[in-house]
Amino acid sequence: MADIDLSGRVAIVTGSSRGIGAAIADKFAACGASVILNGLQDSDRLQGHAADLASKYSVNVKAVAGDIADAGVPQAIVKEAFSSFRRLDIMVNNAGVLRDSVIGMIQEDQIDETLNVNLRGVLNGIQAAARLMQRNKSGSIINISSIIGRVGNSGQLVYGASKAGVIGATLSAAKELAPFGIRVNSIAPGYIETDMIGQIPADVHKERLDSIAMQKIGKPEDVADAALFFASDLSKYVTGQVLGVDGGMLI
Amino acid sequence: MDSVESKVFSVFASQLSLSDDVNRAEMKYNEFPGWDSVVHMTLIAELEDVFDCMMDMQDILDMSSFEKAVEIMTKYNG
Repeated sequence: MADIDLSGRVAIVTGSSRGIGAAIADKFAACGASVILNGLQDSDRLQGHAADLASKYSVNVKAVAGDIADAGVPQAIVKEAFSSFRRLDIMVNNAGVLRDSVIGMIQEDQIDETLNVNLRGVLNGIQAAARLMQRNKSGSIINISSIIGRVGNSGQLVYGASKAGVIGATLSAAKELAPFGIRVNSIAPGYIETDMIGQIPADVHKERLDSIAMQKIGKPEDVADAALFFASDLSKYVTGQVLGVDGGMLI
Repeated sequence: MDSVESKVFSVFASQLSLSDDVNRAEMKYNEFPGWDSVVHMTLIAELEDVFDCMMDMQDILDMSSFEKAVEIMTKYNG
């Protein structure tokens, strides 16, 4: 039995067909929340994940496909929360892309895609979620940033800029939405075992592992635990914070 | 059953402390006393509550007067 009870609450997790987003959705469902999943495509994976969660935890799970970079998609997901549940308690802006390039080799389409998904998607997600949360004068918005957004990294100019932008957005939104009872926080994961790092060369992988004080790669569940903290009443007096989940990684 | 205009007016009257005889034609966003951007979002939240809907972003931006608000809310009046 879960220690933290989210029953009666409604959560949206963008980019939840796999990786960190899937782990967060799983964690919330395990704690009794109704969950709305989102993935880029209406894939079997997303629908299958929704069905699995619903049957595994006996909770209500919906899935809304769409590219979070499209301003209409965050609105559509929040409208699903409204039409299905008439409320929204937790919004996790997680969807993201990672494309590395050295300075001088970065193409315009890479900048557009990265900023549109990683930053514009978060801005639109905050805006859409806040309106529905405002009605109940409560809510928790959790934006997934990255350690790269805090300290930067070679080869990650665009990604770092997008994730630093997420932190800036978190800080501003926290101030503006606090009077409405809406908390806004960010999680900055370090090196986490997801599909996103599957393409990293072995030597780079070892170098990164060596930079982690706890000497092991993080798991999506580690990030999900931090998200659960921000989603629950354990953090009811916490807003405008950036929580590193990185095992003491130094870049 | 209340008309759309009376439902919209009740929201505005409550948020802006209006009397029934206020000149509704003069109620324009950023001109009418008290109707600033912060109150605008509160009005939107109240209207969504009364009409049990979620408004499109463009409608929120287009709601520049009381008259326009009635026009917009008519399409959400289910």
